[in-house]
Amino acid sequence: MLYALLCCHDEAVDTSWTKEEDDALLAKRRRVTDPLAAQGKLHASIRLMPTTAATTVRIGREPVVLDGPFAETKEALLGVYLVDCASLEEAIALAQQIGRDENVVFEIRPVRHYRPQANFKEAAV
Amino acid sequence: VTEIAWIDPLLRSARPQAVGALLRYFRDLDQAEEAFQEACLRALKNWPVNGPPRDATSWLILVGRNVALDDVRRRSKSEPLPEDAVVSDLGDAEADIAERLDNSHYRDDVLRLLFICCHPDLPATQQIALALRVVSGLSVKEIARAFLVSEAAMEQRITRAKSRVARADVPFEAPGAVERAERLAAVAAVIYLVFNEGYSASGGTVHVRLPLCEEAIRLARLLLALFPGEPEIIGLTALILLQHARAPARLDDDGDIILLEDQDRALWNRDMIAEGLALIEKAVRHRRPGPYQVQAAIAGVHAHALRPEDTDWAEIDGLYATLERLQPSPVVTLNRAVAVSKLRGPQAALAMIEPLAGPLAGYFHFFGVKGGLLMQLGRAAEARIAFDQAIALAHTPAEAAHIRLHLDRLIKASQPA
Repeated sequence: MLYALLCCHDEAVDTSWTKEEDDALLAKRRRVTDPLAAQGKLHASIRLMPTTAATTVRIGREPVVLDGPFAETKEALLGVYLVDCASLEEAIALAQQIGRDENVVFEIRPVRHYRPQANFKEAAV
Repeated sequence: VTEIAWIDPLLRSARPQAVGALLRYFRDLDQAEEAFQEACLRALKNWPVNGPPRDATSWLILVGRNVALDDVRRRSKSEPLPEDAVVSDLGDAEADIAERLDNSHYRDDVLRLLFICCHPDLPATQQIALALRVVSGLSVKEIARAFLVSEAAMEQRITRAKSRVARADVPFEAPGAVERAERLAAVAAVIYLVFNEGYSASGGTVHVRLPLCEEAIRLARLLLALFPGEPEIIGLTALILLQHARAPARLDDDGDIILLEDQDRALWNRDMIAEGLALIEKAVRHRRPGPYQVQAAIAGVHAHALRPEDTDWAEIDGLYATLERLQPSPVVTLNRAVAVSKLRGPQAALAMIEPLAGPLAGYFHFFGVKGGLLMQLGRAAEARIAFDQAIALAHTPAEAAHIRLHLDRLIKASQPA
């Protein structure tokens, strides 16, 4: 089963990390995700820009375009891991490993449909 | 130590909102700061044991307020002392009820705090120092180091600023729309000052002081999160990000300035550029152009160009023309002249800056640009005079060294081979 691990975090904290703290955190996570990628189980990892870069569009008779994220919650969606796991237990364990020692929340969502586009390469942006 | 490493960013990020709310309670900057400090000490004791509260900021506000109130009671001796444990074991449920922060309240708290620190009555150096101390929570020592002054001098500067804003009597009611816009503009200006202070130090030996730049980015993001639909705040954030993206390429190993066209663009921070460009797109949709947005757009054009020769100078010229209209200033015209020199040659640019000689008589960059243009025109003797004037006006050794480099080239070129 393919799972999306939605990584949610208090954005004020996320943008308060120093570069060193941020680098250390990413390095720590990659110690978990790199082996997964090597096994072919990590399909994608996405890091989103802060919600200050977000735009919300409400589709209706008159579409409304708003600055900022859809919901004004303290915890914002900051990234997504798309991973192959044999079970929910495995996905939970994985989320715990990736987020170890962090004050972070993972929402684990089984993926219903996933169509990778073969012509896309890894992108920094 | 690693076990509580997560607490630090939590306290740091809660600070503006918590101190802002405590300031609303106590109406005194020192008292608000002390209360927050005390709450942080309790958090360091309590959180490693009980885990972080669900809403760390509310927890800190409530604990800070209670501690300060207890302190008042203790001093007045009218009531028996509460057990320390009563306060420090406070559950989050309680904190949630006590201080459910509705967003507008929170917004005005933080804006008020920022505005008090950026009060127009204060000279710029005091504004910056106070904002860094109170809002960012940098230590006096850190700020002193950033400004290359002694700790005692910085302490005094901050104390003076505090007593000055205390006399300024900023109203504590929720501001009206006009007042809010004024506060926003004042705060934005100081955030940009903080960034510039880090970007090109006025005096001292270090030319790029990264902690100040990073702090400015954090403050801009904080302000933007509070006012997500303000195009000028979007523009300010974009501008700072785009300029800071170039920081890794701005100085060589000796700390000398590398001009934009000579920078190794592979060193530019692509993440910051992407975010800055995304923000410009958002701002433009509002169709309410302002100086920060236009300056961000100019930085964006540079960021787009992978090689200097790919730079769209016509676009930059047009943007500077817009900026001249929005915010007429000889410095803007001087910058536009650089774009004009690329488009129509040094002669046209020189003609454009001639009328600026009066207003920019004390401006380092004026003579730098002038010297550069004269050099391109082969007027070496005049270029030399301009460069000498630039060196006399340089604020940092890096600025002076950069001009000296031009002079050396001139001297070499004038010597027979």
